[in-house]
Amino acid sequence: MIHALTLILAMQLIGEVVARTTGLIIPGPVLGMALFLLLMVLVPKVAELVRSTATGLLQHLSLLFVPAGVGVVGHINALGTDLIPLVIAIVASTAAAIAVGALAFTLTARLTGQNDD
Amino acid sequence: MTDFVDIWTYLSREPLLWLTATLAAYAVGDALYKASGRRPWVNPVLIAVILLALTLFASRTPYESYFEGAKFVHFMLGPATICLAVPLYTNLKSVRKSLVPMTVALIAGSTTAILSALGIGWAMGVSPDVLLSLAPKSVTAPVAMGISESIGGSPTLTAVLVILTGITGAIIATPLLNLLRIRDWRARGFATGIASHGIGTARAFQVNEEAGAFAGTGMGLNALATAILAPIIVKLLF
Repeated sequence: MIHALTLILAMQLIGEVVARTTGLIIPGPVLGMALFLLLMVLVPKVAELVRSTATGLLQHLSLLFVPAGVGVVGHINALGTDLIPLVIAIVASTAAAIAVGALAFTLTARLTGQNDD
Repeated sequence: MTDFVDIWTYLSREPLLWLTATLAAYAVGDALYKASGRRPWVNPVLIAVILLALTLFASRTPYESYFEGAKFVHFMLGPATICLAVPLYTNLKSVRKSLVPMTVALIAGSTTAILSALGIGWAMGVSPDVLLSLAPKSVTAPVAMGISESIGGSPTLTAVLVILTGITGAIIATPLLNLLRIRDWRARGFATGIASHGIGTARAFQVNEEAGAFAGTGMGLNALATAILAPIIVKLLF
């Protein structure tokens, strides 16, 4: 587990350093994730080394958003009269994006024969 | 009474109390979610946030003191993002076979997320500067804040709208996709990741591992797509 954690933190560190030195808009962790995927493709053994640690962490991914969520509550008042319109826009727009994205995916998969098997 | 004050003074200076409270509030949220028969609207993040906000309010604890403890949990978001590469690697075959549907869904979903937010917000009378902060709402917070700043919005306001979008997506994705009769886990996960970033991805992982892998991919790709599309759309409309 120590090896797995070291590797995971090292990938994030490399991602952060690359993101900062190149000035890309992509955040360090997302870049680190891409590098990590590349590493696993090149060295499949790595995936077995980190699998249980990674799965354990991802099982509780929701928990990690709680501190940021608590921070939001303090800012709700600042939205003032915009609060209700913004909530309506967020709910309707999120529903539209999920529906359009999923329908576009399934229709294209059917047309191109890239169906789920 | 002095004893209590002493203990409280000690606890309010140490990160231990609010770190424990964060985990406990989430454990309560998770237990309620399971007790409800895993109903999507019994969202463990939302329950934990409400419980903690009420506790902070009742104990007159400023958010900064709370975050001293909660920052350890918050920090793990970075390593968890790195870990998303593992399910992605496991499902790489399926991802490779889905490149065309993923590309089409990404462009359609990303454009819909930006345009519908601007359109509905405008129709509801939201002011233009707030609309700019709303445009990147579907993207993971650090990227959304960067996009918001570059198009003239407020990064802080965007962060708030991003979290609200994530919780919304996590709650509505399952009933909405069931209503649309979409059974393909790839499509379900990918669309949820595009529309509601990490919080939607966390929800997808609770439902199905393949959906989670596609949600993580959708989240990462939409960060890139919105960074390109949002400035173009804003330039055309404003």
